[in-house]
Amino acid sequence: MTSDVRRLLEAHGRPEREVYLDNENSGWVPPEVVETMLPYFNRVGYGHPSITNRPGWEAFEVVQETAEAVARTIGVDPEDVHFTHSGTEANNLAIVGVARANRSRGKKIVVSAVEHLSVILPAESLEDAGFKVVRAPVDEEGFVDQDVLAELVDRETVLVSVQTVNHEIGTIQRVRGLSEVVRDKNADVIFHTDACDAYGRVRVDADAIGVDMMTLSSHKILGPKGVGVLYVADGVGVEPVLRGALSSQPLWPGVENVPALAGFKRAIELAFEDFDGANERVRALRDRLMDSLLERVPDALLNGPRGEERVSDNLNLSFLHVEGEALTVELSMRGVYVSSGSACTSRILEPSHVMLAIGRRYEEAHGSILFRLTRYHTSDDVDYVAGQVPEAVERLRRISPLGKG
Amino acid sequence: MSTRVPLPYTPKVLELFRNPKNLGKMEDPDAFAQAGSPACGDVISLYLRIVQKDGTEVIEEAKFESYGCAANIAAASMLTEMIKGKTVREAWEVEWQDVAEALGGLPPVKRHCSILAVGALRRAIRAYYGGRDRRPDWLPEGLTMAEKQALEEEEFIERMYGGRLERG
Repeated sequence: MTSDVRRLLEAHGRPEREVYLDNENSGWVPPEVVETMLPYFNRVGYGHPSITNRPGWEAFEVVQETAEAVARTIGVDPEDVHFTHSGTEANNLAIVGVARANRSRGKKIVVSAVEHLSVILPAESLEDAGFKVVRAPVDEEGFVDQDVLAELVDRETVLVSVQTVNHEIGTIQRVRGLSEVVRDKNADVIFHTDACDAYGRVRVDADAIGVDMMTLSSHKILGPKGVGVLYVADGVGVEPVLRGALSSQPLWPGVENVPALAGFKRAIELAFEDFDGANERVRALRDRLMDSLLERVPDALLNGPRGEERVSDNLNLSFLHVEGEALTVELSMRGVYVSSGSACTSRILEPSHVMLAIGRRYEEAHGSILFRLTRYHTSDDVDYVAGQVPEAVERLRRISPLGKG
Repeated sequence: MSTRVPLPYTPKVLELFRNPKNLGKMEDPDAFAQAGSPACGDVISLYLRIVQKDGTEVIEEAKFESYGCAANIAAASMLTEMIKGKTVREAWEVEWQDVAEALGGLPPVKRHCSILAVGALRRAIRAYYGGRDRRPDWLPEGLTMAEKQALEEEEFIERMYGGRLERG
């Protein structure tokens, strides 16, 4: 029997040319990363990293070397690097784990209003346990203001979480300054940053930016899905959230995803071998796409900041009078793969909380499209997308009753 | 039963999204109505050409415009196909479930698309007779369930978010 999804894929067909730009949500893994992973499925390291046999020790070597690779790139001790199965898991561990371990010290948590939902929702889940969760507002470009944040922190505050780079609109937070004002107010506050969308794009040395905890995710740097990282500074109390059988790490039970860890390590090496050069090239491609679309498509708004305070690979535009999910489908049939902050795509019929937090109106949020480039994209890719998007928007605007005066 | 989030689209939805039928504004329609709101992310405009045939009113032509997701566009297009050639009274009987079924089934998260399409149709039919100042016997005086559901869709977002909205 042909499944529904198979029939849908057949009805869609495979476009002649495809450009994948949905790298915020998930993505393509470079062949050299895949090749690095393959031996670990059945030739070496297929054992359990905390069992005392040779395949187990081979697996443990992968865990350890990957922890060292992470540690080198964020300037920390490998002992303080903990692996989970996703960034979402690592954020949950950070928020819930710190709250549980430190509840005697206070019951207030401050998170920015534009955090990933894997920070906001675990925090709010603690309200049942008597925690008070405050969302720090942002300005129209997505920045948290130092004074506003300082105002929200008090003696009761145990945890502050502000991401390094916003996943939807690319805002690079001034994390160092934020952590300083927080500590001035209360030196005992644990400062966490979700750096999933910063890693490999901006430098995130934990001491330099002044954080106690940091989340990273493999698939956000073109590694495989299935590996998250939580860095926890020595001395910070965190209680495990998942409970289960032994692992080689204290904060997370289960069998580490060893092939994915091997791939993640290779992805780190590739991301850092030409860090500045690659980011400059991606930035140039992004700017080319941004300038072209803003010039060719009327009634398009840029979401997030311009210039050096926007991460190199992110472009987020709202196309007025069209609905974003329809646009993702229209572009998909043209081989351009993107996502939207529209309510329709959220499955709870509520537009992106990031769009609303920066003051976008509902209509503007519904028409938002997120493009994320990688160092593997070419100027031909960008020119193809820059040609397709205006046509796609134009077709949907012809269908729409809005914006016709 | 599966608890996974179902696929939002069927091949039929994709086909009608790609090649919508009866798309566009109609000049001087005999009946017109809009349902939904830009804030919800769904608006359907429906235009009807109604003629007298053998003493009854028949929908000769139906056209639509849609601001919304692919399912919204497909639902509006499907509805216009379903009511073309029907008497106004027959068209009144079309339920949102009929539209959803004709699209190959819509999951719960997309049902509001066919609810809005049918809501626009019933609103257009009421506007038609309201303009003529005569209500046929078969047209209920009070709002039907389908009309109430369409209204609820429109009011949903305001109930959720209070008075922060600017209506388009």
